Amino acid sequence: MLNYTFRRLLTAIPVAFIAITVCFFILRLAPGGPFDGERALPAEILRNLRAHYSLDQPLIVQYWMYVSSLLQGDFGPSMVIQDFTVSELLAIGLPFSLMLGFTAFVLATGIGIIAGMVAAVRQNQWPDYVLVLTVMLGIIIPNFLMANLLQLAFGVYLDWFPAGGFVNGSIHHLVLPITVLAWPHAARVSRLMRGSMIEVLGTNYVRTAKSKGIGERLVLVRHAIKPALIPVVSYLGPGLSYLLTGSLVVEQIFSLPGIGKYFITAALNRDYGLVLGTTVLYMGIIIALNLLVDLVYAWLDPKVRYR
Amino acid sequence: MAGITGKDVVLTDYAKKLETLDAPKGRSLTQDALRRLFANKAALVSIFLLTGLVLIAFFGPYFLPWSYDAVDWSNIRKPPNFEAGHYFGTDQNGRDLLARAMQGTQMSIIVAVVATFVSVVIGVVYGAASGYFGGRVDAVMMRFVDIMYALPYILFVIILVVIFGRSPVLLFVGIGAIEWLTMARIVRGQTLSLKEREFVEAARAGGARPFTIIMRHIVPNLTGPVVIYATLTIPEIIITESFLSYLGLGVQEPQTSLGTLISNGSQVAEAMPWLLIFPAIILVTMLLCLTYLGDGLRDALDPKDR
Amino acid sequence: MKLTKLLTAATVAAGLAFTAVPALAVTLNLHNGAEPRSLDPQKVSGNWEDRPVSDYIEGLMTIDASGQPILGQAASYEISEDGTVYTFKIRDDANWSDGEPVTAQDFVLGYQRLVDPQTASEYAYLQYVVKNAAEINNGEIEDLDQLGVKAIDDKTLEITLNEPTPFFLDALTHYTAYPNPKHVYDEVGDDWTRLENLVANGPYKVVEWVPGSYLRSEKNDAYYNADNVQIDEVYYHILEDQAAALNRYRAGEFDILTDFPADQIDFLNANYPGEAHVAPFLGVYYYVVNQMDGKILADENLRKALSISINREVIGPDVLGTGELPAYGWVPPGVSNYKGEQYMPAWASEDYADRVEEARQIMADAGYTPDNPLKLQLRYNTNDNHQRIAVAISAMWKPIGVEVELFNSETPVHYDALESGDFTIGRAGWIMDYDDAINMLDLLKTGVGNNYGRYSNAEFDALLDKSATQTDLEARAETLHAAEKIAMDEFGVIPIYYYVSKNVVDPSISGFEDNAKDRHLVMYMSKSE
Repeated sequence: MLNYTFRRLLTAIPVAFIAITVCFFILRLAPGGPFDGERALPAEILRNLRAHYSLDQPLIVQYWMYVSSLLQGDFGPSMVIQDFTVSELLAIGLPFSLMLGFTAFVLATGIGIIAGMVAAVRQNQWPDYVLVLTVMLGIIIPNFLMANLLQLAFGVYLDWFPAGGFVNGSIHHLVLPITVLAWPHAARVSRLMRGSMIEVLGTNYVRTAKSKGIGERLVLVRHAIKPALIPVVSYLGPGLSYLLTGSLVVEQIFSLPGIGKYFITAALNRDYGLVLGTTVLYMGIIIALNLLVDLVYAWLDPKVRYR
Repeated sequence: MAGITGKDVVLTDYAKKLETLDAPKGRSLTQDALRRLFANKAALVSIFLLTGLVLIAFFGPYFLPWSYDAVDWSNIRKPPNFEAGHYFGTDQNGRDLLARAMQGTQMSIIVAVVATFVSVVIGVVYGAASGYFGGRVDAVMMRFVDIMYALPYILFVIILVVIFGRSPVLLFVGIGAIEWLTMARIVRGQTLSLKEREFVEAARAGGARPFTIIMRHIVPNLTGPVVIYATLTIPEIIITESFLSYLGLGVQEPQTSLGTLISNGSQVAEAMPWLLIFPAIILVTMLLCLTYLGDGLRDALDPKDR
Repeated sequence: MKLTKLLTAATVAAGLAFTAVPALAVTLNLHNGAEPRSLDPQKVSGNWEDRPVSDYIEGLMTIDASGQPILGQAASYEISEDGTVYTFKIRDDANWSDGEPVTAQDFVLGYQRLVDPQTASEYAYLQYVVKNAAEINNGEIEDLDQLGVKAIDDKTLEITLNEPTPFFLDALTHYTAYPNPKHVYDEVGDDWTRLENLVANGPYKVVEWVPGSYLRSEKNDAYYNADNVQIDEVYYHILEDQAAALNRYRAGEFDILTDFPADQIDFLNANYPGEAHVAPFLGVYYYVVNQMDGKILADENLRKALSISINREVIGPDVLGTGELPAYGWVPPGVSNYKGEQYMPAWASEDYADRVEEARQIMADAGYTPDNPLKLQLRYNTNDNHQRIAVAISAMWKPIGVEVELFNSETPVHYDALESGDFTIGRAGWIMDYDDAINMLDLLKTGVGNNYGRYSNAEFDALLDKSATQTDLEARAETLHAAEKIAMDEFGVIPIYYYVSKNVVDPSISGFEDNAKDRHLVMYMSKSE
């Protein structure tokens, strides 16, 4: 198992490297640069700026400079938020994004599993219908619309939660963003859980267990949950990338200081360093979490062997 | 990006079952499946609604007084008005929302269908090749898929769209090109189990080229997974497209898409609610129907119950 | 759902903890839009940067609530006979927030850094009126001390200009002319704007910056006029989604919105009467027509057909909804040093139907009809308003035989295309940097970078050059009017409307005055509970 983990990590390195390289060149070859704005800059000023950020060097030299500084853990300067380096921005944004994403992920997975179980046990009764409907809303409503509607409902009219913003340590401010982020994820998890639970409950060994007279609740816990969790867990890896997509929107709408917001601003403004920096980080997180999910999966399903 | 309903899981599961069974027997599968599908009420209603939506989206514009890009200067930002022929109201440019909603639905359907098609083609070819050649080729190709799974795609899509401008073609290719991974995995599994069978052996002994064998003997047996895959992928792509629209990276005006309409409507949810409500109803109906249809198909094609 | 209940319980507890803290300070929550790229006045360029920067640094001159230049860090000034040498006395009680006095050397440093090519300042050219500024900035002169900004003693500053410049005092209110704390700069260099090093000489001091979320400033007690500053703390909230910003304003989280979606004006007026402020703003929204040799619109007649067939009267009131004034000329109404009648072409007063007919005739003469239309690509940067205007105008052009292909891209790509001349018609806008007509007219001068359409007329250029040497303001205005008429009569550019500023201000805020610069210093505002 250690060996497997090690090999997985090892393969991730060249992948990340290739991805960075591709991103780097695509970005540089794209039309528009970080200094094209509402106003044309006089040629001499543009020249000063380009020299300042070494953009006047040949592309391959810039690439080399970038990669070698990256290897030393330096993500270079940000052109769009000049008072911070990319490393500083990431150091501020990453813990927040991780906290937000992790909270949403754990909450959503937990709620999704419980909701799915309830729906499965009460199949075709009212808890099932209510859950199915709630779940569908989470899946179908685009997250930016959901964010807007929740802001209006809970921020403007009911005034229960702040409609946005960030105050260090305030859970209050995170309720709406986490709801928007977690809902679709919880929805998918519960759908999967409901499906697999129904299937497991129908299998012979659970039926046998039941006929032996053990209470229904106990049967559930003892026999059904673990096998029913297998499809859920194998969804968690891909589910992460959904959460990532969601965090881009949520951080933007609720003005939260996370790396998702940086990414969007940076990509639209051609802030090369910040785009690459956020991409590298996201890649790292996703690779690491996928690995974690794989390990959990293996623990749940003994049939899986490490290749 | 795995599925709206855990597409990856559903399909993997499905494929596993297929592998443990005898080779499917051509026609009877389809007929049997259709019979079971039509017995499922939710799926049946969904099929009717979807067919209706598609027909209206593609043929409706011919029966409307306004075209999707015509400006009605006397009715700018007006709620539904039957006398003027604006049944859904008009947008901030005085364009008829009903006509735009039809055009947008068309666009969303086209983007989703083409992108799905692209991903199916890539996935089938890649997966079949990997499974067919096996051994080291297979190991390398599948490891590549594993790796690709771990990349933050949406970032690449955004970078691509930002860089190459926003043409529908790019959306098709961009989304399609990242959706093929699941398909490739499943097709590979199928191919691995199929290639040992007599008819493939026979064809190979007869000197058929690998490509011919894959196309003639392996691909036709993939109908089930492909159909399920498509119904699950289409809603996902519609949602992804709406996400890009929100970022201002959607289709080019005056054309529109459901995602663009909803993202614009969301901004004025209270000031001009009709701009949000009508497109949202269409989107919700469409996605609900596709989901129920997908569920129905999965049950209908489930090899275990046969 | 369970989730909500659970969280409610948790947050009610958290909320109580918050409300328990007594309100010690008056806090202003200002919606600031985009993320500032820096707090360094010599490096910034947008109004979302101007807001926090101008609240923490004050120049020799500052603005009053109505946007007019008044004395700031300077106690007095003298102008030489020929109008080219300004001598400023700096206030004795002008101090930085760490107690060090503000000196003439601080201003010299600010100016030198601005024009130093090493700083790579985007806005350096705004102060090119200062002697040798342009030469130093483009590398012709390497010695920074050659710049026409000199410290006579600690509290006396002398600025020498190339030519008499009627708008110079106004230009001094711009952040490019702000001082830098030399005592800090000498120690930490360009890092002086990092929060741990930052000192302020203005009414506020930035104390916190959470990228992606907000900047927070606190009142600077060392400011000479601190006793009259009423608001103790300012949040500059970073949020680009305008709908979300409006939601937050309505939820009571923002006191001032510095922009709002134009199509919400009716909703705002109906539900929040009197809170939306729409006021004239010194700027023009226009379409650039590419007149490079070989481009189709080098033909003046075609440009005329395109311009006269735009019904500008419906753009502001109907398409946008905020009532922007139609623009037929180039210099916005109300610009200073520009006495004389506003440019108004004869066709502007004709019936719109007749204008369309005339345009159709012109197009037909050139061989284009609605059946055989002229195909043009219209580029704009991604934005709801730009899109609406482009859609409206392409509908207006359809009947005269022009078929428009709309093409939007993000701002950097759009302006890259305009600068490289890779377009036919493109959207652009100009917000004036200082209140003088020359700032507008310079955009049409041959060889100027912002002259995207490459309009070129020797007579026009000569008139602008002539105006630079005129000290009599009325004669100068006459020269500039003549230049404007030449460019407009040739349809060198297609103006669409004059900008308006759009703010939403909570009724509890007083001291917010609409002004043509749309600059509002927080020190003039107060908040009632």
